[in-house]
Amino acid sequence: MKLVGQQKPELLLTETHHMCPGCGEPLALRGYLEAIQELGLSQRAIAVAGIGCYTSFSMTTDVDLVQALHGRAPSVATGVKRMLPDSIVFTVQGDGDMVNEGLQEVLHTAARGEAVTCILLNNGVFGETGGHMTATSVIGQRTKNTLDGRDADYHGYPILIGDLLAQLQGAAYVARGSVHNAGAVARTKRMFKRAFQTQMDGGFSFVEVLTMCPTGWFIPTSEGPDYMSATLGEVHIMGELKVDGVVKSTDELHEENVRKAAEMEQALARGGIDT
Amino acid sequence: MSTVKSKGTVTIAVETCKGCELCIPACPPAVLTMSSTVNHLGYHYPELADGCTGCAACLLICPDFVFEVFREARSPAAGAAT
Repeated sequence: MKLVGQQKPELLLTETHHMCPGCGEPLALRGYLEAIQELGLSQRAIAVAGIGCYTSFSMTTDVDLVQALHGRAPSVATGVKRMLPDSIVFTVQGDGDMVNEGLQEVLHTAARGEAVTCILLNNGVFGETGGHMTATSVIGQRTKNTLDGRDADYHGYPILIGDLLAQLQGAAYVARGSVHNAGAVARTKRMFKRAFQTQMDGGFSFVEVLTMCPTGWFIPTSEGPDYMSATLGEVHIMGELKVDGVVKSTDELHEENVRKAAEMEQALARGGIDT
Repeated sequence: MSTVKSKGTVTIAVETCKGCELCIPACPPAVLTMSSTVNHLGYHYPELADGCTGCAACLLICPDFVFEVFREARSPAAGAAT
């Protein structure tokens, strides 16, 4: 028997962490840490962490790391990259951090076309701060302060940050992954690789990952992936929204998603996905 | 005596499991079931039956880094998708 999947990424110091059961963030963490490792960037990578549940990984992630204030990570990343142009700089932010607290930072960083990668872990809820809605919560989504679901008349409409950034000329690569099943997790890891590659080519890249937060959504952990696909996933459409400066249409994304999901099913049935 | 052939296997670090059950529906051959006993954290954890294919779906969906996956060596022609 040959080892085909390691228990934890090499760049993670310990497998124990403080995330709730069923959390999607460690799945995204595995994706980008393995992408960095496999691209041979572990000695050049510098992470800039925002504020959120994922910030607790700052102490157990074996890459250099700067802690930014709420929402300011893209600006800090800009500074790091300009002083250390050979480094690979990426931010890790949640939707509350990036889209509520620091929307202008990521917009301006993308518009300037900074050679950094911004990673957004989007669950539509302020998980760490107490469970209230964020700017990306979709209409009808239940959070602690929208117990009857987000109401467009009262709370307004969600910001589809990936689609917004894709429209900016400065953004070279924009993708939206998801961690609702094994195939999507594997596909999201490829998005991370492409994003880091884009940065090495001198462009701004952005990867949004839809992650489960069963605690914030008041649902059993096992229902997290299906609930996410039916709510967030219906509005924030998964896929590579912009590749080499070309923006894809929603129809193209849907078509690609159906094809990729079928490919992943076949790969699993044949015997496995390479992790 | 098992009659189901396993093409792969997984190790399960039961003490770090938080019992979220995401691995149960994720397993294509459906060889994972939740235990009736609990670990030191008080959570039920997955147990492996015969018939694992080593596809790594459980590892990819596990938030708590519980699984390690092993697969029987195969000919390159029958290799997994990349």
